[in-house]
Amino acid sequence: MTTTTRDAALEAVGLGKRYRRGWALRDCTFELPTGRVSALVGPNGAGKSTLMALSTGLLRPTSGVIRVLGKEPGGGGTHQELAFLAQDKPLYRRFTVDEVLRAGQALNPGWDHAYAHRLVREAGVNLDARVGTLSGGQRTRVALAVALGRRPQLLMLDEPLADLDPLAREEVMQTVMAEVAETGMTVLLSSHVLADMEGVCDHLILLAAGRVHLVGDVEDLIADHRLMIGPRRPAGHGLRPESVVEARATGRQETVLVRDGGWHGATGWELHEPTLEELAMAYLRSASPQRPARTRQETVA
Amino acid sequence: MIEFRIDRRSGVATYLQLVQQTKHALRLGLLMPGDRLPTAKEVVAATAINPNTVLKAYRELEREGLVEPRPGLGTFVRRSLARPGAAEDAPLRSRLDGWMAEARAAGLEREDVEALFKAVLDTHY
Repeated sequence: MTTTTRDAALEAVGLGKRYRRGWALRDCTFELPTGRVSALVGPNGAGKSTLMALSTGLLRPTSGVIRVLGKEPGGGGTHQELAFLAQDKPLYRRFTVDEVLRAGQALNPGWDHAYAHRLVREAGVNLDARVGTLSGGQRTRVALAVALGRRPQLLMLDEPLADLDPLAREEVMQTVMAEVAETGMTVLLSSHVLADMEGVCDHLILLAAGRVHLVGDVEDLIADHRLMIGPRRPAGHGLRPESVVEARATGRQETVLVRDGGWHGATGWELHEPTLEELAMAYLRSASPQRPARTRQETVA
Repeated sequence: MIEFRIDRRSGVATYLQLVQQTKHALRLGLLMPGDRLPTAKEVVAATAINPNTVLKAYRELEREGLVEPRPGLGTFVRRSLARPGAAEDAPLRSRLDGWMAEARAAGLEREDVEALFKAVLDTHY
């Protein structure tokens, strides 16, 4: 990870947020370079939504700093070049779609009305329909049109694909990726469904229990890791413990995720480059040691 | 024009799938010198993958001298990969054909042969 701040769309240094019940986010330091599509991954309660709320300025950090396109969110509200689509896609239910778009126009100086209209039309949503009558997929498309109508440099989506059918998921991602292709917009999207991220995200921020466990360019991360599969050895796998992210044994076989070249010199193993999903799952499992081994294996299936 | 198919569950990096499918089309003669590859935006519109991935795949193909970008026009095929060594009547092919027949006669199933072939392939490439 580089330390330059100039090219970061989002940057956190020692970022922390404490609620009454405890720390939701702690000691987070990472950088999301501009032009990337980043997956924000973590279990429920990992701090994903808190991180997004801190970025928009809806919440203030308890400690550390967060910078959006070089600026700390503060009194001036959300950074003008940041668009945020919350999980519940808040839209006034009694507005018509046309009224929602006109509100977007009135509230946002850089608003691209023709573009927002086109996105809604492409989604096949009737402009005269009231928001309350739309399906989940249609509501997402309208909310996305409002977010993209601002022509943001940074788009943050909290679980954008949750409760969408497969066709709507594909269409939403196509719309977002087309915007990336056209403008080089940076995207941060959180999701539980890691398979949705494969091929979409080229950057990963993995949160667990309020801390960043893994961050960086997906290809670099994959190149830095190997999935080793071999026979289970009575004396243990014998790999350097500091390089082992996670080791799991099933019957006669052992599967170990190793980082930083820890696989060099080991014999009798089959080496695979992990997929993004395998990598993220191994880190998520190893970050929750309180789970018994048996459930850990079930989550892989 | 070539149409890419992305298998998100294959475990093969997406950019590599694009590279492999392009090369495959070049080998089979489905893509010929002078043909234009789809733009990043066209690929994204069809597959919902990250456009950076498409550009990365095209850079890789360019690095291998297979395609060239022409500013403002797109990315074009420079040379074909249809090789004489892989043709129906090439000696390499007939020797592999003979080996396959032996493997079958020895009682190996298709999957045995695939595993064996892949293992040997991996030691050489």
